[in-house]
Order: sequence, then structure tokens, then C-alpha cells
Amino acid sequence: MLGLNKTDSKFLLIVILLTLFTPFLMQPFAADSGLDQFNGGYPDLMQKVAIFGIFAVGFNILFGLTGYLSFGHAAFLGMGSYAAVWMFKLLTMNVIPAILLSMIVSGLLAVIIGYISLRRSGIYFSILTLAFAQMCYKMAYSVLTPITNGETGLQLSLSDPRILDGATESTSLPVTNIFGLAMNSSYKLEALNRVFTFNVGFYFCAVIAIIAFYIAIRLFRSPFGMMLRAVKSNQTRMNYMGLNTKPYTLAAFVISGMYAGLAGGLLAAMDPLAGADRMLWTASGEVVIMTILGGAGTLMGPVLGAGVIKYLENIFSKINESVLHSWFHWLPDGLEEVVVWVFARFTGEGWHLTLGLTFMLVVTFLPGGLVEGIKRLKKLTKRGGKPKDKLDAPDPEHTPTPSKHVV
Amino acid sequence: MGILEVKGVGKRFGGLQALGDVNLSVQENTVHAIIGPNGAGKSTLLNCLVGKLIPDTGSVTFDGNSVLGRKPHEINQMGISRVFQTPEIFGDLTVMENVLIPCFAKRDGAFRMHAYESIEQEPDIVNKAEQMLIDVNMIEKRHMTGSSLSRGDKRRLEMAMCLAQDPRLLLLDEPTAGMARADTNNTIDLLKQIKEERDITMAIIEHDMHVVFSLADRITVLAQGTPLVEDTPDNIKGHPKVKEAYLGETQEV
Repeated sequence: MLGLNKTDSKFLLIVILLTLFTPFLMQPFAADSGLDQFNGGYPDLMQKVAIFGIFAVGFNILFGLTGYLSFGHAAFLGMGSYAAVWMFKLLTMNVIPAILLSMIVSGLLAVIIGYISLRRSGIYFSILTLAFAQMCYKMAYSVLTPITNGETGLQLSLSDPRILDGATESTSLPVTNIFGLAMNSSYKLEALNRVFTFNVGFYFCAVIAIIAFYIAIRLFRSPFGMMLRAVKSNQTRMNYMGLNTKPYTLAAFVISGMYAGLAGGLLAAMDPLAGADRMLWTASGEVVIMTILGGAGTLMGPVLGAGVIKYLENIFSKINESVLHSWFHWLPDGLEEVVVWVFARFTGEGWHLTLGLTFMLVVTFLPGGLVEGIKRLKKLTKRGGKPKDKLDAPDPEHTPTPSKHVV
Repeated sequence: MGILEVKGVGKRFGGLQALGDVNLSVQENTVHAIIGPNGAGKSTLLNCLVGKLIPDTGSVTFDGNSVLGRKPHEINQMGISRVFQTPEIFGDLTVMENVLIPCFAKRDGAFRMHAYESIEQEPDIVNKAEQMLIDVNMIEKRHMTGSSLSRGDKRRLEMAMCLAQDPRLLLLDEPTAGMARADTNNTIDLLKQIKEERDITMAIIEHDMHVVFSLADRITVLAQGTPLVEDTPDNIKGHPKVKEAYLGETQEV
């Protein structure tokens, strides 16, 4: 299908189905079951998962394939958002030109940052990209205020020209749309004691995410992807094979910068507002954590990581002490206080602690990320709970047969 | 005039004169061995040829063009491939991919995206890579990752990768170092076969006299950074200076 082999086609098909049915899948608990705060079916979260999935998939093209760990990808995310909002202000509220411009602009920024940063590798590369991102952040905050609107962030206003849309008499701000279909409109379906929300914005993000994911599969399987993995594996050999590695790494950097720009543009398309905070180093760190948590260098890993982190962020941060009290009300009074106090450290404001612990556990016990965990589970179920047998079995290729005693 | 001309090359590391005044001429389609005791400057000389080091004095020309000041990948594009003392392969990639990469990289070294088509859509390249693996007798191992290979296999794979580029000059840095006798003999057979089948010039740095005398057409003996003598293997064997400097104390020939 579409130039993919059988396994990849099946894989892509699963991803498409999962994405299209997300509004159902993210609502496993009925509204009155008491567990409904674990549902993630509302448009905000689903959009974020799709958008950060794109961001992480793009980051993985650089980090997973070439091994260059960029700590400055948030710069492209922020750049994409600014570009998109400017497009909304000047041209039209239609999101298509906006996300196209955000990709182009962040691609250009990636060419500049990449060209300089890629002169170094390893930790020096990471620090250079981090420095560039922080520079972009500071500049967006201070000297570039005429463009970025500094601390307040770039917002729409009624006096914006919006050449293509023409002047409106309306006194409220226009909403982003795709050929007239508003991004924030949604169709609600009530069934099975749940409210399923089908949001235009989410489906738009989902379609873009699927396209982005498809392109990433093609890249991973192409000779170009192979070259990038070769760069990660052994640069010396690349050089002594007549290959200059720089164009390859730069191309990967620009592609992943464009993915980040696309994600930034989509963020702005969902909520037409761009602040300098989007360029902050914590945002760069977040995508690194997403990718490693899910599994760097794998196709599904980054999406999985983005999903888990955004879910934790949205769901765990909502569990406050009163929710915890309602959970543990059956415990004796003194004990209840203790248990609630302990759990409260890990939820609500403290959800970062849960994330940190999860990350630590995954990196320690599953260096390949969640994807490796899934693979191990698969093996477990396939071989009737005896996963160790094959791993421990001697590899005939490397274990010589014991020699017969020859006199 | 040889294909590779080294004239008056000298290299100094701080107080150590690693190479004195090395003159070397490698003739086309021959196997030229460079031998010498440890610390004689063999590897330094090789590093000067591939652009890893830049000599302080002298000139190195390949096919009439100077290689000095060029980057390793540019020198490779001129037609010089190098097999390293410790095999430099792509450990994370499969054996097949290891060979596919030089097949994709054309001699001009130009950057090619190839980002949209899959590898299977390039039958010429795949066939060539498979043929290379058959040549070095590694086709059954094509799905193994590079790092899981034995040392001898890694070396053979590296040779296949270098040969896939159809180099004019192949530089081998101790191709049998740390190998068992049987593996050494396999490597010798492989190199002999390469020599017969291809228009290729080889320069070999080697410790093992067995390897040197079974392959080389000419031998240069290097001692303390300067060439002692250059001659055919038969003459080297009996050469009193060489015996004194090197052979006499290490190995009976």
C-alpha cells in the first residue's frame, strides 16, 4: 500500500484506525462510574496528543536516526506558532496557508541553526542547539517585541487586515477554520452513558498527523534513512567511504525542524495565540523525554511517548486532594489522611513527580522505551510465559560445538 | 611513475620524528607491502595518505593529483579506500545494509536524498551488494547486525564495503592482526582473489611475514621513520640490513 511493504502497511492502517476512533477509545469509563476523570476524550487533550505526536515523530527523525540530540527543538515549535498567527492576522483565518508558512519559516530557521550547530557533535551539539533556542526565546521576549508582542504573546485583534477574509462587521474575534469549517466546532454524540465528542480541530490534526507519520515511515525505510542510521553508527566509516555526513545530518535537522514548525502551526491553529514560553528549554526537554520514554529510533515510540505524557499532564494534574479523599473515604480516618497526603504528592501539582518516576523506571528497565516493553509483553504471551528460554538458548552462530576428545 | 607517489614525507609529533624522509612509489596493479618493527611509522604514513594526518614536509600524489590538504572523504572520492586495523563498520546496521551504503554512495560523493523510494526499488544496487557479499563469502550472514560478527567476519565485511566502491587503490592496515591462522589464510586467499579479478592496486601494512611474502610484489622496509630498503620479496628475504633491523630477531623466513 502506498509504496510500503506489508508489515508497514498494516502498521499504518492500525495507526489510522486508532486515530480515527480516538474519541471512542479515550472514553473507556462511563460518566457515573467514578473513574470518568481518567477519560481523555475531550478535544483539547486529543488535539495535544496528535500535535505533540507530530513534534516527537519529527524530533525522532533527527535523534532516533542520526543520534544528534537537539535540545533546542522548541525554537522551531515557537517559530511555527508565530508564523501561523501572523498568517491569521494578515492573510486569512484559513489554517492551510498558516501551517504551510509555519513549516517554511521554521525550516529556514533550522537551516541556519543546523548549519552552525552541526559543526559539532555529541554534547557540544546539544549545548549549541540549547543556546540557540534560548536565544530565540529571549529575543522573542525582548528585542523582537514588535513581531512577537513580547510578554503578552501574539494575539488576534479586530483591527487585523486579514486580506483574503475581507472586513467583518462582527465585534467578536474570528475563529480559525478550514474552508469555512470552524476548528472549534464539534459534534457530540451521547451513547452508552458517555458523551463522545467529534471535534473538527482534532480530526484536522489527526489527518495531518497521519500524513506526517506516513512520511516518517517512508523516510525510515528509504536509503536516506539508512544513511542517517549509518551516520549514527560510524561517522569515520562514512568519511572514509567518500561521504560527507554534513548534508545528510543537515537535511535530517531541517526535516525535523519542519515537523516541529508544523506542530507549532497546528497549536496556533487550534488556539490562535503564540507566546515566547513555547520556545522555553523545558519545551525542548519535553520532546526529548517523550521520544526516549516511547522509544527513540522506533516509529511508534515518539507518538506513544507524546500520548502518555500529555495524558499524564492532563489527567493526573486534575486529581486534587478532594478527589483523592473521595477515593479513600473508606479508610480509617488517620490512615486516610496519610494515604491522601502521599498520593497528593504524585498527582495534581505533583504530576511531574509521577512523570519523573515513570521516566526513570522506563530508562532503567526498558532502555528501548515503552515500545520495547510492548515487544517484551508480546514475546511473553507468544511463548506461554517462558520468555527466557530463547534468550538464554545458546546462539549456534557463536557457540562452537564442544570438540570431541581426540587422542 | 607509480599511481601513488610519496616524496620526502616527514611528520613530527612533538619531539618524536615519526616519519623522516619517506619516498615511496606504488606501481599500478601491484601489491606493495610496507613492513617494519613497531613504531617504525607505518600507520603514521598510512594516515598521511588518507588525509587523517597532514605531513610536515613532502608531497603525496595519487594519479598525479596531490592528496595533501584534502578531507578524508575527498581523498576517498579520488579512488582510495582504506581498511582499518580495527574494522570500521556500521555496527548497528545489518551486513546487507553495510554493503548497500557504499553501493549507494557513488564515486562523486554527491549528496543524494533518496528519501522517498524504498531500497527494494533499486535492483541494480541491491544486486551489486549481494554480489559483493557472495564474493567475500558472507551472503548467509546478510541479516546479522554488524556488531554481532566475529572479528574476521567484520574484516571481510569491511573489505566488501571498500571493494563495493571499486577503488583504484586499496590501503590495508594490518588486515590479519589478531586473527587465528585459519582466518589469516582465508584473508590471504581473499586478497589474492581480489588481486586476480580486479584492476586494483593494494598497499598493505603488515606484521605477519607469512602474509607479506604470499601477497606482495614489492616490499618497503621502514625503520624508525625512514625506508631502509625497497625490493622484491625474494631479495628482501636475504637482505642483510633487513635481517638485522627486523626479520632476524622476530622470525625465521
